[in-house]
Amino acid sequence: MATAKPDLESWQESTGKAKRGVPEGLWIRCQGCRSTVYRRSVEENLFICPECDHHFIVPGQIRIQQLLDPDSFEEWFADLRPADPLGFVDKMPYAERLKAEAKRTGMSEACVAGRGYMRGRPLVFALTDSNFIMGSMGSVVGEKLTRAVEAATEKKLPLVILSGSGGGARMHEGIYSLMQMAKVSAALGRFHDAGGLYISVLTHPTMGGVAASFASLGDLTLAEPKALIGFAGPRVVQATVNEKLPPGFQTSEFLLKHGFVDRIVHRHDLRSEIARIIDYCGR
Amino acid sequence: MAPRKKPPTPPLSFEKPIFELEARLGELEAQPDPTPATRDAIRNIRVEITRMRREIFMGLDAAETVLVARHPDRPQVLDYIELIFDEFVELHGDRAYRDDRSIKTGFAKLGEEKILFVGQHKGRNLDERTEYNYGMAHPEGYRKALGKMEIAARYGLPIVCFIDTPGAFPGIGAEERGQAYQIALNLREMARLNTPIVVVVIGEGGSGGALGIGIGDHIAVMQFAYYSVISPEGCAGILWKHARHKDKAARALRFTSKDLLEFGVIDEVIPEPLGGAHRDHRAAATVLKGSLVAAIRELKLIPRDQLVDRRYDKFRRMGVFEKTIKEGETV
Ligand SMILES: [Zn+2]
Repeated sequence: MATAKPDLESWQESTGKAKRGVPEGLWIRCQGCRSTVYRRSVEENLFICPECDHHFIVPGQIRIQQLLDPDSFEEWFADLRPADPLGFVDKMPYAERLKAEAKRTGMSEACVAGRGYMRGRPLVFALTDSNFIMGSMGSVVGEKLTRAVEAATEKKLPLVILSGSGGGARMHEGIYSLMQMAKVSAALGRFHDAGGLYISVLTHPTMGGVAASFASLGDLTLAEPKALIGFAGPRVVQATVNEKLPPGFQTSEFLLKHGFVDRIVHRHDLRSEIARIIDYCGR
Repeated sequence: MAPRKKPPTPPLSFEKPIFELEARLGELEAQPDPTPATRDAIRNIRVEITRMRREIFMGLDAAETVLVARHPDRPQVLDYIELIFDEFVELHGDRAYRDDRSIKTGFAKLGEEKILFVGQHKGRNLDERTEYNYGMAHPEGYRKALGKMEIAARYGLPIVCFIDTPGAFPGIGAEERGQAYQIALNLREMARLNTPIVVVVIGEGGSGGALGIGIGDHIAVMQFAYYSVISPEGCAGILWKHARHKDKAARALRFTSKDLLEFGVIDEVIPEPLGGAHRDHRAAATVLKGSLVAAIRELKLIPRDQLVDRRYDKFRRMGVFEKTIKEGETV
């Protein structure tokens, strides 16, 4: 699946690099305004640059703390672990890559799913985290999401999925990854038929097979400002059309303009906006 | 329009020994008064050609399979429409933007059966490739396909989808008009169309662009077709940082019909004539037709109120993962 490699300033990557004698991790460089900002001031501002409003990528666990009521999240399906059905080897064996990613991120996979409360409203919540193999969807991500959708259907709860997946469908699991797109989408069809409310929140970046399945199927679609969202990666498009891409191509604003996003929501307002939609549509 | 006369396609590297023998056979057969010795030689060469074709094509690796799947002489949707159906009534347009030529849709007669046909056509010559955009559809193509399939479901016509695409088109207009959204919608809606759907990958099954018309009750892949999450070139570019590693990527992705059947992701491998479908369109079409007829006959036996649930369960099972064992749990 087309994979975007946007300037993916994963939190770890951007904080890992020491700059001109500055103690490592204390200051970080903002991709938005190119200035060096105090790390704490970004973290305390929901991972938003205090200078330019650039939305940094938020690690999944922190995202849950930001969005859901304190201690309200109950994680489900945490025992699912990725396998290596193809025996895939590129520059390193996939099995080793999984271990390395788990060690680096402290996560076992790119998806976290469960139940929580948002300003007192119960919901099923899931996210994909672009820190783990670009947030790409293999069998575990597909299975966790499908189970989450099925649970929301059964329990008649609103469903919120926040996607951050530059990698789309995960190449290392081959055809199984492609089929996850079908699996999750079919589950969302049943949820839809049952009258469930699904709010899809698109964050930077949401590309390829993730964009072309569950992320695009929300009853309501919200996007954080200036996120990169699309089917084909911008470099692939560039190489195909051989012309300059229009400014702001594949950003949240571009999608809003072309009719594929309901609202662009600043991270400060995400909680209240989701809660408000649930009040309009939830039952 | 009729395809222009073109020079014969040169053999693929692994086909060369076969072509050499065939040339030799041609020379011998051209002799006006063959001696008994010549007749013997002709017979032996024929046997040898068959043996060699079988041996070479049984042993193709994934990278070589891709070459066969993309062979310029490989039968495409327009060939199969001609060879398989007794009638084809094309239906155009997505009712929103335009008629995307990359995906052909229409009513068709498959023997006694009236069906809806949906198929991606890549183009057999430069004019066709321009018209059909190399089989790479825009969102309106997927929208057209879904619209016609909904009509088929309403009137109880079985649906046959032929997949042959390098992928959905990665262009500016495609993104502006919601390529990701439309493919996603097709996945969700095809999963619940209440009519039998047979899907066949006849050449290239290129990722989301293939899956966008690929949800069905019976999924078949032609012997030398491939069906993959990403093209070998795309995968090589990302994981090996250069497309020149495409053969390595092809082998790593395990996307040949044999692998897919083994994984349980597809239901059937449709055998091709000896030496590949490009060597004998008519024979390829005959086998394919037989397989379509049989699949539809079987699917029509399934009670209509069970069909969609059965399709759901089929995709629901796909995926391979492990479970950590919790304390107190036994395996
Ligand atoms: Zn900034």
